Amino acid sequence: MKNIRFLILGVLFGIIQSKSEVVSWYRIYEMFKFQSFHMYGIIGGAVIISMLFMQLFKKGIIKNYLGENIITKEKKKGFVRTLVGGTIFGLGWALAGACPGPMFVLIGHGTTTILIVFLGAIIGAFVYGLLSKKMPN
Amino acid sequence: MEFISQPWAWYVAGPLIAIILLLMNYFGRGFGVSTNLETICTIGGAGKVSDYFKKDWKEQSWSLLFVVGIIIGGFISSNYLMPSEAIALNPDTVKELAELGFADAGGSYLPSEIFATKNIFSLKGFAILIGAGFLIGFGARYAGGCTSGHAITGLSSLQLPSLLAVIGFFIGGIIMTWFLIPILF
Repeated sequence: MKNIRFLILGVLFGIIQSKSEVVSWYRIYEMFKFQSFHMYGIIGGAVIISMLFMQLFKKGIIKNYLGENIITKEKKKGFVRTLVGGTIFGLGWALAGACPGPMFVLIGHGTTTILIVFLGAIIGAFVYGLLSKKMPN
Repeated sequence: MEFISQPWAWYVAGPLIAIILLLMNYFGRGFGVSTNLETICTIGGAGKVSDYFKKDWKEQSWSLLFVVGIIIGGFISSNYLMPSEAIALNPDTVKELAELGFADAGGSYLPSEIFATKNIFSLKGFAILIGAGFLIGFGARYAGGCTSGHAITGLSSLQLPSLLAVIGFFIGGIIMTWFLIPILF
């Protein structure tokens, strides 16, 4: 039951995304059109402060709840997978105006049509899984 | 209460997201959302079709609870914390979108041109919704993460794959917003 802490963090993360309008299709459109600082401020602000936390994890100044050092998982390497995969993701992000986090927030908002986007995302992840061995890295 | 009911500015949301990342790590887990798409495939029995999905999904139950929390957070916010859905968009954005046929840009969170329930029953409307979802799911898993895992966790820990992925996010996003959306709408 100690996993309940992640449920609570999820609730907070959902509220933050909703209240800061990052779940709005319009905010994503505006971001890709470079017509507003809002999204850059949120993502950039989160990255800069997280960078500070990451340094504190690395130096062992902040440890986890068990008192162990926090190690950040290394991302899978590969020029093609990150750049091409990222581009495919970006096409979908701009069209739906939602990445996976906001997709779940909008389910909570009661937006019926987002369930179709969600279904599409599950199918997309499934098809990737089927093809994963054949895809270039 | 004024603060709660107003939209939250970037300088409030950005640091709060970083604090979520901090707490996830403090509790022994990384910050990320899109792995859950694979976990849901595994729960649905995808392991029978491909070894890729042969995993013990119970190991991911903490992450599933995180997204269940996100859904609950969305519900709480839209029902109790949002007196208005109007968004203060750049007037240029509103004008441009009006020219594309988006009638009420910024009047609410989502354009009815894409998200009205009746769109599920039109071929084009359905294709846009499911197609966008497919691109998100496929792309996020191929790239190895989405906005939370790559843009926030990856960039802040100075990982090169995440920088490439985020460059990709913008290549795709710009192609869609500048070139494809004007064709689609």
